[in-house]
Amino acid sequence: MKLLCAVKRVVDYNVKVRVKSDTSGVETANVKFSMNPFDEIAVEEAVRLKEAGKASEIVAVSIGPAACQETLRTALAMGADRAILVQTDAEVQPLAVAKILKALVEKEQPRLVLLGKQAIDDDSNQTGQMLAALLGWPQGTFASKVAPGEGTLTVTREIDGGLETLELTLPAVVTTDLRLNEPRYASLPNIMKAKKKPLDTVTPDALGVDVAPRLTTLKVVEPPSRTAGVKVPDVATLVNRLKNEAKVI
Amino acid sequence: MRTLVIADIEGGALKPATLNAVSAAGKIGAPIDVLVAAGSVQAPAQASAAIAGVDTVLTAEGPAYEHALAEPLAALIVAQAGGYTHILAPATATAKNVLPRVAALLDVAQVSDILSVEGADTFTRPIYAGNAIATVRSADPVKVVTVRTTAFEAAAASGGAAAIRPVDGAGDSGLSRFVSAQLAKSERPELTAARVVVSGGRGMGSGDNFPLVERVADALGGAVGASRAAVDAGFVPNDLQVGQTGKIVAPELYVAVGISGAIQHLAGMKDSKVIVAINKDEEAPIFQVADYGLVADLFKALPELEQALGA
Repeated sequence: MKLLCAVKRVVDYNVKVRVKSDTSGVETANVKFSMNPFDEIAVEEAVRLKEAGKASEIVAVSIGPAACQETLRTALAMGADRAILVQTDAEVQPLAVAKILKALVEKEQPRLVLLGKQAIDDDSNQTGQMLAALLGWPQGTFASKVAPGEGTLTVTREIDGGLETLELTLPAVVTTDLRLNEPRYASLPNIMKAKKKPLDTVTPDALGVDVAPRLTTLKVVEPPSRTAGVKVPDVATLVNRLKNEAKVI
Repeated sequence: MRTLVIADIEGGALKPATLNAVSAAGKIGAPIDVLVAAGSVQAPAQASAAIAGVDTVLTAEGPAYEHALAEPLAALIVAQAGGYTHILAPATATAKNVLPRVAALLDVAQVSDILSVEGADTFTRPIYAGNAIATVRSADPVKVVTVRTTAFEAAAASGGAAAIRPVDGAGDSGLSRFVSAQLAKSERPELTAARVVVSGGRGMGSGDNFPLVERVADALGGAVGASRAAVDAGFVPNDLQVGQTGKIVAPELYVAVGISGAIQHLAGMKDSKVIVAINKDEEAPIFQVADYGLVADLFKALPELEQALGA
């Protein structure tokens, strides 16, 4: 079974983002970028499936500027076999990402596409579902467990009240949640090996996909901030204040 | 203009989050219909018809809709989408799963998790875990939108008298099959709808100590939550997680116990009306957002709090 993993280059999880003073967006110059953490989980799951003999080849895909090559090299160092960069400097929104991935799926013919449930920059949580829709495939979103069967995939999903298990007919799209696995750190020998693995570059145009944005961002501002309140000396004072001042109990 | 709100059904009943989505739909200003798809629609359809401001309730009944599987539900919504300029749903696990599928089938963008309606085509939404708020305008003919429920008051659950009209759906897609669900059973109010939430963090030390949090929650008639650190450490199940990657809550009172206050956690609770933090580390960032901070050992403070509340 061939697997395709989509990985996004995002502002690193640990960076405290700053809104630009002209409200055009957040500051991304001189900021550390990494692979979207949910996508790392997707790559890890793909590698584990391959290690368990359930997958034959893993193709990693990223969409964005030339710097996404670094993100793809990380995926290769974790264990992906080859990579495709769909290179563009344009803003690519989830629907356009899904269309690009659909074009690549038609070319590569994977049986399973794994990707993160959301990217930690735009927090859209859309791409996997959109890709499944465009392909007419079933979807297993927010996966915390994945088990391949004969022509099927059993996916346990994180839902509001707990967990839900579905059986999907392959081919399918799975989006990963936090508890699916703990991604590995790439070892130095594997990082060196990854440099020699194939990385092809294409463009959205060559795939016949129009990436024109449907949403226009008019402005980006800081959220309203909360200010620190008071420290109370003991439980009795706390209860008294909650009753008589805040009036919430 | 006309708006279709997708009702969220859980265990055969209408989920209160639907009321918040109807309220957001009200801000758009167009007539509102509600789509109820379920294994058995009678109870949720009647509850939907009673919501103030709803014009018509569309119902689709059958086993294909019992577990809100994405494939048949998205096909049903798309089949009903003609004539609507807006399709809204509360940003619950169900809608997050289904609505992007609807948007792609309609070849339109989705606007996720809106905080406000600025106009019929313009909305605000959080990005970067709520560390920035973007105002976005959709150029698409149909706006597919999920609604952050804590950002909108609930619409009145009674007073409406909408007509109920059954519609046809394609039924089972054959692509996916429900196998089982493991749902947490609790007598406490649901986390996202509770008036009071008491959450424990890594400072709880182990899952065995969570009854301390539970007893305070019970004394306040509240729900129990947890930080991602407490979930990752295996103290409690993931469905209690409050934060960017868990549930977004905005209760009247949020009590954070043994939680340091990582950005990730703050993203899930900072819109609460009153925040109380109990932590032995007086430098903990949680105190920067807390209205009332108590620097104390939680193992001493929680039993005291339970007693004071019971008195």
